[in-house]
Amino acid sequence: MRGIEIEGQSEDTWFPIIKGMDLTLHRGEVLGLIGESGAGKSTMGLAAMGFARDGCRITAGSIKFDGMDLRTMPESERRKLRGVRIAYVAQSAAASFNPAHRLIDQCVETAMLYGVSSVAEARKNTIDLFRRLHLPDPENIGERYPHQVSGGQLQRVMTAMAMVCGPDLIVFDEPTTALDVTTQIEVLASIKEVVKELHKAAIYITHDLAVVAQMADRIMVLRYGEVVEEAPTRRMLTDPQQPYTKSLWAVRTLHKDEDTSGDKLLSIRNVVAAYGGGVRVLHDVSVDVPRGRTVAVVGESGSGKSTLARVITGLLPPVSGSVEFDGKPLPPALAQRPKSLLRKVQMIYQMPDPALNPKRRIGDMLGRAVTYHLGLTGKDRARRVSELLDMIELDDSYRERLPMELSGGQKQRVCIARALAVEPDLVICDEVTSALDQIVAEEILKLLLRIQKELGVTYLYITHDIATVKAIADEIVVMHQGKVVESGSKTEILTPPHADYTELLLSSVPEMDPDWLDNVLAERAKGGAGAAIAQDR
Amino acid sequence: MSDQEQLAAAGPAEEITLAARRKRGKFATAMYELGKAPITAKFGLLMIVIYLILAVFAPLIAPYGESEVVGRQYEPWGDFMLGTDQIGRDMLSRLIYGARNSVSIAFITTVIAFLLGSVVGLISACVGGWMDLGLGRFVDTLMAIPSLIFTLVLLTIFGTDLITLILVIAIFDATRVYRLCRAVAVNIVVMDFVEAARLQGEKLPWIMAREVLPNILPPLAAEFGMRFCFVFLTIAALSFLGLGIQPPTADWGSMVRENATLINYGDITPLLPAAAIALLTVSVNFVVDWFLHKTSGLRDV
Amino acid sequence: MHPIFKTSLQRLALGIATLWVVSVLVFGMFEMLPGNFAQAVLGQSATPEIVASFEKRAGLDQPFLTRYGTWLVGAVQGDFGVSYNSLMNTGGQPRTVSSIIGTRLENTLFLAVAVAIVAVPLALGIGLLAALYRNSIFDRVANAATLTSISFPEFFVGYILMLFLAVQHPWFYATAKVDSLTTFSEHIARIGLPVICLVLVIVAHMMRMTRAAIINLLASPFIEMARLKGVPPSRVIWHHALPNAWAPIATVVALNLAYLVVGVVVVEVVFNYPGIGQLMVDAVQSRDIPVVQACAIIFAAVYILLNLSADIVGIVTNPRLLHPR
Repeated sequence: MRGIEIEGQSEDTWFPIIKGMDLTLHRGEVLGLIGESGAGKSTMGLAAMGFARDGCRITAGSIKFDGMDLRTMPESERRKLRGVRIAYVAQSAAASFNPAHRLIDQCVETAMLYGVSSVAEARKNTIDLFRRLHLPDPENIGERYPHQVSGGQLQRVMTAMAMVCGPDLIVFDEPTTALDVTTQIEVLASIKEVVKELHKAAIYITHDLAVVAQMADRIMVLRYGEVVEEAPTRRMLTDPQQPYTKSLWAVRTLHKDEDTSGDKLLSIRNVVAAYGGGVRVLHDVSVDVPRGRTVAVVGESGSGKSTLARVITGLLPPVSGSVEFDGKPLPPALAQRPKSLLRKVQMIYQMPDPALNPKRRIGDMLGRAVTYHLGLTGKDRARRVSELLDMIELDDSYRERLPMELSGGQKQRVCIARALAVEPDLVICDEVTSALDQIVAEEILKLLLRIQKELGVTYLYITHDIATVKAIADEIVVMHQGKVVESGSKTEILTPPHADYTELLLSSVPEMDPDWLDNVLAERAKGGAGAAIAQDR
Repeated sequence: MSDQEQLAAAGPAEEITLAARRKRGKFATAMYELGKAPITAKFGLLMIVIYLILAVFAPLIAPYGESEVVGRQYEPWGDFMLGTDQIGRDMLSRLIYGARNSVSIAFITTVIAFLLGSVVGLISACVGGWMDLGLGRFVDTLMAIPSLIFTLVLLTIFGTDLITLILVIAIFDATRVYRLCRAVAVNIVVMDFVEAARLQGEKLPWIMAREVLPNILPPLAAEFGMRFCFVFLTIAALSFLGLGIQPPTADWGSMVRENATLINYGDITPLLPAAAIALLTVSVNFVVDWFLHKTSGLRDV
Repeated sequence: MHPIFKTSLQRLALGIATLWVVSVLVFGMFEMLPGNFAQAVLGQSATPEIVASFEKRAGLDQPFLTRYGTWLVGAVQGDFGVSYNSLMNTGGQPRTVSSIIGTRLENTLFLAVAVAIVAVPLALGIGLLAALYRNSIFDRVANAATLTSISFPEFFVGYILMLFLAVQHPWFYATAKVDSLTTFSEHIARIGLPVICLVLVIVAHMMRMTRAAIINLLASPFIEMARLKGVPPSRVIWHHALPNAWAPIATVVALNLAYLVVGVVVVEVVFNYPGIGQLMVDAVQSRDIPVVQACAIIFAAVYILLNLSADIVGIVTNPRLLHPR
């Protein structure tokens, strides 16, 4: 691909997404495309198939595939290449399969349409691929409909679908982003194995450096529709040249020295919680949070970590068990708590966008909290708002802005300021950095650490990301399926020996080492504690 | 391409337009947007303004009184610019007064329907629980019958005076407003910023007024336009059927009915009040269509 | 039991329950009539003796529940009682509501079916094309034209058609008068203008909704995936989009045919067509309550039935219900 330029349409104007980019890929090579959201990596990946989404257009450059120019050839010719010689694996498998047809029929569709092989042969081929991808019951799983198969399995079925016609090139567009880490490792391993065995060329698109390190031979870093840096994987990891590339590593280098002293601020005892239908999501959970420290609650989706936050804030009164705050029992329901108590527990959310009212100005939001809880008005209120803005490193002019006039990181800062505006003792942080780009996430974590040092607030930090835990936690609580698996100081939890689930979780988190995946799999093959659980999935 | 990518790529340019927008102020921004509006929307706005002028200044503009008999039955165009009606009243004057009567009655009805529907819808969305379920089922049942049919039943019972007409139509229309308002508000209520307000101990009325309402205003405004058209057409249809606004009030729907026989002689006079109705609803729909484009990015609905 | 039957039966039960609630409302509302029921119907000039005798003949001296019970039992069997108008003309034979409605209901259904046969394929076709060629000239013209059309009152469209297609150019009948002697082919010729008028109104609504539904469907990731698999456009539409389109399309069709029920009232009056809509308007004016009740229940039943059919199409074509886990 040479000199690719792609434009997108917004309202009635066209603006550039890809600003002249070159990309070369050799037979049998895996290229990792990495960048933050908005870098244009998906657009570039689709362009490699000669495809532009509705509202986008390829305006310049040439796309040569095996000597043929994909841009100049007629659409009908391009169509014959797609699926047969170039295949695509989408991010969300659940949405990308047609709900009305059986999986196997969808897998063999391209082969059948272009007569690559007979239907029977294509089916045999697909079943073989299912087997290679370690899908359970490979002979029959294809007879199911998409909604009858789990997310991790669907993602592997889609990989099989891409490979049925034996394409020369496969474009993987964030195939594991929507999956939990312990599922992700399985899918990654299957994809890697098949790609290598069948000697395919692939473009692997992701925002996760550790993932790309496992998959790619060569890495290309994208930003604002341009290539920042390109190098073979190992060299890129050990010796990044550009400052931007280095910043992508940043959050992984943050580290906080642990300190578990401090009296108990919050004490959760034997809490059982259930949602409306009576389905229990928390079973006998007990957690202690020392004053002025950070307790990280770690777990995958469905582990009950967010439910725990709802119990503490009073949004979901527990079925049984108690929550003690500052030595006194906390009324279970929000409505029973006096205003003075509400002030003391605040929350910061994962997504800054839905957490800020798009119609209210920043100064108004912060000011309201200040007036409502601290009773400050007029000049006092204005001064307090200035202090808060200063604390989150924004200048006074932001007072008059609406949330849409802020960047993602700035929005999250405002959320932090809103929580701190009422001088709380405990702040619950629900995955506050996971929706942000790496470099912004690092700044937010630094800010949280600085505030804790200055004001002595206590954090209950909910996350699934181990690197973040290392950066911010004093103590760790590991949760799985609504139960506390293990809890203790950071060093205790992160150094072996681990509980079975902790072992599985920790070993599933990708590391920057390109040999990590192979090593873990070899380790698990030997049979460790985690392997048994992994086999269950 | 995802929205995020679009936004990010648009970053610097967007920043500039935002800054510019802030400087210009609200009125100037509105004028600027209007300048960029499609021709249909401009036409619609112009027409709405003309109708408003006619409605407000009807007595000054109309050559004769509303129900003043000035000539013989069905006089042709000429002496009286658009001729006379079935009892010799000036057609043009009645058309102008019609703007006042038909439009204001429909407008009042829509306002009542809106106040009722949106307040109940908002409360239903914010409070939730049994009240929400109960109201939902009640509205579903009301909506299981075509509202024109139900209106006819109620008009049989209470007779066809103006107050009954307005109230009956307003109540049926309020169910539609309720549905929309609740649906939009529910999407806002689940947002984290509403939860954050609750966690800070804000009371329900404050949350409804400050956190939820500002965010549902654009769709509600568009809905107001569409509901107005619907109410206007319903009242016109009822008047046409002889069950709506009663004589001698000059009303477009009734005027069509009263003069309908002229059609058989190839006279287009009865089409004039019908055209007056059509022109106004078309205009409002054009403006609403443009407004929907602007506020929600809903290009395709 | 298979989930499809289960869900369908639930919907059916819900539909019947709704219809029952409607009957209670329609019947019960007449109890809210201010003052003396019979006096209001007969007018101020009626003497107490006439009122009493009318009440007796109409069964109004019975308590509410008894009357409702008798009426409901009759209504289920197609008997909606006796018309008040025929009772008031002393000396005249009392006429049952069903005998008045009978042929008129047939006429209205005849008109509605004729409109549906023309309008549904036309609207779905135009809607599909507009969605596929989005933002083309065709789409823009269709959008402006339909927006205009849905803004027009039905009687405006009706009289314009009458003026141009019947009065100035005598191609169609100006009025749609039919009676028991009218032959089938003549009947069709007579309803030419009402059909065109209703088609114009219905197609506009239906086309806009179809377009929106199809565009919504084409934006699904699985459609993009099909295109990236090299599936040709026609197969994307027929094989990938269509099996998932039945539910939204059925909803659109049902919604608009239900709208037809309302449109029919005005159009019947414009063209003087002896259908149930015109009958209802007359009955409202003369406050012939049993006739109004019967018409309202029939309209409501048709409306509920249409929505029910759309729901069932949605259930039957939903793969999640067809192939449970």
